[in-house]
Order: sequence, then C-alpha cells, then structure tokens
Amino acid sequence: MRDNMDDLKNKTPLDDRNPMRVQEIPKKANERHVDKLLSEAKKNSGTSGGNEEDLEQLALDDDRRVKVLSPGTLVAKRFFRNRLAVLGLTMLVAMFLFSFVGGLISPYGEDEQFYTYTYMDKEYAGVVKNNDLRYLVADGADFGSIVQAQFLLAINQQKDAFSYKNIDYEVENVGTDLYTVSAGGEVLAAAYKDIINAAEGAEELSFTAKLAALTAYVTGEESFAADGVDYTLDEDGNIVSGGETLGYISRFVVSPADSSVSISRGFKEELQKAIDEDAEEFIYTDENGEESTYTITYKPATDSWSIIKSTVTYVYDRYHSPTKEHWLGTDTNGMDMLTRLMYGGRVSLVIGFIVVFIAAFLGVILGGIAGYFGKWVDNLIMRIVDVFYCIPSTPLIIIIGAAMDAMQVDPQIRMLYLMLILGFLSWPSIARLVRGQILSLREQEFMTATEACGISVRRRIFRHLIPNVIPQLIVTCTMSLGSTIITEATLSFLGLGVKFPFASWGNIINDVNNSYVMTNYWFIWIPAGICLLITVLGFNFVGDGLRDAFDPKMKR
Amino acid sequence: MKKFIVKRVCLSVLILFCVTFILYGLMRCLPGSFVENMAMTLSQAPGAKPYEEWLAQLNEAYGLDKEIIPGFFTWLWDAVRGNFGDSWKYSVPVLEKFQEVIWLSFIMGGIAFVLELIIAIPLGVIAATKQYSKADYLITAFALVGISLPTFFFATILKLIFSVKLGWFDLFGLVGRNYASLSATGKLLDKANHLVLPIATLVIVSVGSLMRYTRTNMLEVLNADYIRTARAKGLSEKRVIYHHAFRNTLIPLVTIIGGSLPGLFSGALITETLFSIPGIGYTSYQAMVSGDIPFSMFYMTFLAILTLASNLLSDILYAVVDPRVRIS
Repeated sequence: MRDNMDDLKNKTPLDDRNPMRVQEIPKKANERHVDKLLSEAKKNSGTSGGNEEDLEQLALDDDRRVKVLSPGTLVAKRFFRNRLAVLGLTMLVAMFLFSFVGGLISPYGEDEQFYTYTYMDKEYAGVVKNNDLRYLVADGADFGSIVQAQFLLAINQQKDAFSYKNIDYEVENVGTDLYTVSAGGEVLAAAYKDIINAAEGAEELSFTAKLAALTAYVTGEESFAADGVDYTLDEDGNIVSGGETLGYISRFVVSPADSSVSISRGFKEELQKAIDEDAEEFIYTDENGEESTYTITYKPATDSWSIIKSTVTYVYDRYHSPTKEHWLGTDTNGMDMLTRLMYGGRVSLVIGFIVVFIAAFLGVILGGIAGYFGKWVDNLIMRIVDVFYCIPSTPLIIIIGAAMDAMQVDPQIRMLYLMLILGFLSWPSIARLVRGQILSLREQEFMTATEACGISVRRRIFRHLIPNVIPQLIVTCTMSLGSTIITEATLSFLGLGVKFPFASWGNIINDVNNSYVMTNYWFIWIPAGICLLITVLGFNFVGDGLRDAFDPKMKR
Repeated sequence: MKKFIVKRVCLSVLILFCVTFILYGLMRCLPGSFVENMAMTLSQAPGAKPYEEWLAQLNEAYGLDKEIIPGFFTWLWDAVRGNFGDSWKYSVPVLEKFQEVIWLSFIMGGIAFVLELIIAIPLGVIAATKQYSKADYLITAFALVGISLPTFFFATILKLIFSVKLGWFDLFGLVGRNYASLSATGKLLDKANHLVLPIATLVIVSVGSLMRYTRTNMLEVLNADYIRTARAKGLSEKRVIYHHAFRNTLIPLVTIIGGSLPGLFSGALITETLFSIPGIGYTSYQAMVSGDIPFSMFYMTFLAILTLASNLLSDILYAVVDPRVRIS
C-alpha cells in the first residue's frame, strides 16, 4: 500500500488527468446502483403485480424506465441471434454428450474385442482312384521287379504264361483287374487294383486270406474261407470275421494333404460314399466329436479328387458390417466401432482442452508480463515468442513422434508428451494476442485509475487487464481448440500421435491406409471423419459467433 | 524505411540463429538409431570392419562425436557456406535432393494459391456486402467447413469418389503406369492429371481462411465513415463497394498475400504425403520418419527462414501499400 502511495507521489503530473478518472468510477457504481434498483423493482412487481403503475409513477427520464442489460447478457443475446453460432453450439453439445456420456451408456468397453465363428478352408486330403497294378507276394516267394515286368508284358500280350530265368510262370485272370501268378502249381503272387486296407487295430491279413478276399470281391461272392477261418464280405467291401471287421477293400487311395492329418476309416467310407454319389460336399464328425464340412472337387486332368475341409474357427470379428449389436460395425481388431468413436472423441476432446489450456496459461502469463512491463522485458519475451513462432511445429512433432516410435514409448506416456509438446509449441500466438491487447489497454484511463487507487501490480494485471483480454482470448481459444483437434487427428492418422489401444478419431481413420478398407468398409472411416468435422466445425462456428458477439462494432 | 528493413533483417538473423540452435539441440537429443542401423548393416558385409569401428567412423563423418555446442557451430559453419551435408536416407547431398523436388512443390503450391485467390476474394467481398444474408451464411459456412475439414479425411473422400468410384485419377503418385511410353505433351498431361486431386485438396482446405479474412476486412472498411460519406453523396452502390471499399480492403489483403508468398516453397507436407507426390513435403516426411538428421535439419531451417521471410515481407509490404504506416 505504501509503495503505491510513493508511486503516486512520484507521478504527480498525472493529477491533471485525475478528474476524468474520478468521473469514470462513479459512473460504474451508478450502473450497479441501477441494476440493484431494477432487481428491486422486479421483486416488487412479482409480489404486488402492479409493475405498470409503478412505472407510471416514475419520471420520464428516470433510469428505471430504461431496461438495462449487463454486457454479458448483451453478448449472449448477440450470440444467440447468430444462427450459425447456435448451430455450432448444438453440434458441440451433441459431440460432448456423445463422447463423454456415450462411453458410459455403451454396453461395450473401449478395447473390448468381439469374436465370431468363421469357416476356414484348408486342403485336407487328396483321393486318387487306383489305376496301377499292385503286387501281393506270397510269404517267402521271390517276385522281383524284372519278373513283374515280364508279367506285365505277358498280360499286355494276353498270354497265359511266361518264363524267366528257366522258371515258367503261369498267369491266371481271376476277375476284373485281378491276376494270380503261379509257378509249379503254387501261387507266388497276385496283381490287383482293388486295395485291401486293414482296419484300425486289426491284424494284417495273411497272403492267402488277402488273395481269397480279393477273389471273392472281384467275383462277387459274399463269403470266403482261408487258413481255416470263415470270412464274409459285405456290400461295402468290409471283410468281417466273427463279427469283427478286419479290413475293407476299396479302389480309392486317400492320401493326407500334410503330415498333421490322419485319415480314419470312417472318414474314408464317408468320402467314398460321397464320391460314388457325386456329392459336392459332405459332413463328417470325427472321433473328437468335431463336425466339419468337406468339399469335394473332382480334377479331371489327374482323375483325382481333392478334399477341402472347412473348419469352424473362432476369430476376431473384423470389419463386420453394421448390425443391431454393432451399429457401426467392428473395426480391424474386432472392436465395436461406435464405442471406439465415443472413446476416441473423449481422447480427442481432452487432448484439445489440455493443449489449449497449457497454451493459454503460458500465453496469458508471458504475454501479460510483456505487455504490462514493456521495455526490455517486453523485448525479451517477444523475441522468445518470435523464436518459438519460427520453429516449424508439424515437422518437429513428426520427428519426435518417429523417435518415440523407435524408443517404443508407452502409449499413455506418449499421449502426455504429445499434449505437452503441442501446448508448448502453440503458446506464442496467444502471448502475442494478449500482449497486443494489454499494450493498448494499458494506455486507457481505467488503468491510470487503478494506479491512482494504489492497487498492487499483480492485481492490476490479473484483475483489471486480463479480464479485458478474456473476450479475445475465448474466441482464439475456441478456434484453436478446433485446430488442435485437427493437428492431433492428423498426427494420429500418420501413426505418430495417439496409439493403440487408445482410440482417437485420427487413428481410427488410419485404417484407410489400406486401400481395400477405404473402398470396401466405409463404416470404418467415414463416421470418424464426420465426428471430427462436426466437432471442429462446432468450435469454429461458436468461436466465430463469439467473435461477432463480443465485438460491438459488428452489430447492426 | 531502409533503416527499418536493415534492423528487421538483423533481428531475423538473430532469431534464426536461436531457432537453429534449439532445433539442433533437439535433434541431437533424439536416439541416433539411424547411425546404429547403418553401422550394423555395414559391419555385416563380408570382410568389413567390426560394428564399433563403423559406428565411430560414421559418428565422426556426421559430426555426432562432438558435444552439442561445438557440433552446432560446425553444422552452422557448413550450413552458412551452403553445405548441409549428405542426406542419410537418399544418400545424396541434401541440397541436391532439395533442388530436385522443390519445383514440384512450388508449382503445386502456386497453382493452388492462384485458385484460392480467385475463389476467396470475390466470395469474401460478396459475403461482406450482403452481411447476414443467405449468401453470407452459405459462404461463411463453406469457409468454416473448409477450415474444419481435416486434410487427410477430405483427401480420402476425394480419392474414394474420384479415384475409386469414378476412376478418373490414380490413387497415388505423380506419374501413371505407362508414363515412360508417353510423348512429351502426354507426359505433361499425365503429371497434370495426377496433380488435380492434391491441388483440389489444398484449395478447399485452405481457401476458407483467406475468404474469412477478406470478409472481415471488407466489413471493417464498410463500417468506416468514409463509406458512409460516399453513400451519402449519392454514389452508386457498385461504385461504393468496388471503388472505395474494395480498394481499402486491398491493403490488408496485399499484405497477407505477400506474406504467404514464401510459404509456396514450404510444400504441403500432409497433402503430398497422402498422395505420394514427390515434392519437398513428402521427401522430408520420409526423411523425418526414418531419422535422417541432415535432411530434417535442413528442412526445418528452410521452413524457419520462410516464416521469417514472410513476416518481413508482410511488414515491408504493409508499409509500402499503406501510406499511413509510412508516415508514422
């Protein structure tokens, strides 16, 4: 207090201007007085209900006859008269509700993933119809490859006998594609095309039994005996003895597509039936009770069938089109798009607010100090502002983002850094604005009045100067909220801003870097873009409306 | 005037010095993964020196073995003499790469800028003269939509409509598949065709601010006393607006247009990257994300110089165009 008194003494020449200031202060007080009177009058009218009469009693030039509006009400009036501004406000309110309340209402979590059953096709087995003669050699007999060749020659020439190395062989055609070769009355070997497969767990049949089975199969007999055991042969080619299936005869060779597949008997039978019926697919339930669909494709070139197994797999429900459960479908990770959008909005808006808050905080303090003190303080701070103004922010943030990628910074910490950097790079413009305003305000009479009243410097800056800058500041901050959100979205879009698992409108759109997603899944990126557009547009409309409302020059 | 310019230029040089120092310090603080990667690749070649030796050699070659301050002065001394070093990513001198790509960016920026002027100024004037009319609302809304559109979103929509659905343009790149087999005119047309979407994006996204600037300034002029005087003395509305008001609006307009001329060289980082147009923006983007310090340093210094130049230019122009400023 005393300091200020000294101040006053030092600045005696100011006294010349004092009378004006003295007028200024009572004027304000007078206004306040009027407000009070008016509110009292309103109260009276509420209780007595005789407002008009009261007014009639007043003199024509009485202050109470004039409706007095506070500057705030005037601004609000002007703001709400601007249709675009009201539209912008509505858009903003809607987006805020969507982001902050929507996340609570949505039944899903931010990174809750959804799964679905899908068919996965896998090459399972190949089937070939056996067209080559195969050989079955009696125990202890010698039936080498040269003899086999001689035998083939003989049947091609339709001879009954051939000889090799002084041994005479006899060939007998037992039935279709079944030959026996004997030497000296003893059967040495058999050549066949129908293949005997041993049943699982059953013992391999002996040569005689096999031969007997084959003979019975080609001749169409239903039973045969070998080694003193009776066997029956059913329609499907099953070899049954004593109620037990020992093996079966089939011309199809089923080979698995890879070593992980083991083909069971039941499957083979099912498959053969399907092939016989010319079916294109069949369903088979394996021992584990897993039901799969198999598709059969015939390849005429190789006279073979390929079997493709469609297994039901449990996978992320990616890029699912909009449904009742997921109004905007699901994204690349199988997360609900609408919920992601809500949480993304939260992130985008919060980042925007924090960044602008940091910028405004720094800008107001530094700009205020520079503007108020002037001289070398102003010079110094403004040169710092100039330096910061010249730092190219986008490239710098891109480089830092890339570096954070290289260092694999945790997404949450990364988000924090992002806010700090953005805030720290955007204060200079606000500092400039505040300083400019304060420079002009400082010269006005009310500031000299505060000085005359001996108000402390801090109070003078923060209670009397800054509030006068607030209108301009609000407009600038509203506008820069929009641009900050765009910057953040652009960075996230480039993959250098907010990272998975956090959602941000920018990184949701990031998916369009995949052209297929861009062309086929509109619901992935269009809604996020529209959200961005609406929010930023809302901020700009409101900022624009506020500017017009605060600026009395603009009224008509 | 001369004194003013000299003073401003000196100040700009000082600011530039500070800016480059900050940038250099920041770049040096980042992990130098590129050098390490490069040393790793080189040391794996048959018969090569061990990794440590390569690393030391590379660090020396790029001046990374020095402390930040001596390193900065080495860099600055080289830079002043026009030697910005070799780009790590492109393996050519930085300036060579720069000269190769800058003109494409300049042409693109120039065309977009001219289009912006042609669209923005008349619309801005119309909006101001018919304030609060339907046309004004429409123009203001259009300008704000343009400002609010994120570049990447708008570019993607353009791509979806014109490249995918209509098939008029390619999705990416500056030249088409059969570029090599085209005649000289064909090559030019091919390039022009590939530049349509990027330029459209640039124009729509940045036309709004100029339009609003025109409108605001025009409104200010229209509310001035001399316009009322002009009206009062019975001049036709046309003459009032285009002879008296618009001429005065030109003062801030010329200032801002002059100020944005250096910006034509800065390239459109995001747009070029989105469309893979090999201008300065896309080239630098690639350099920056791959940790190419010499190129990034050069690009950022270049941008800082452009900013300073445009500030200087607009200040000077302001004084040149507006006699009132000159007197005081």
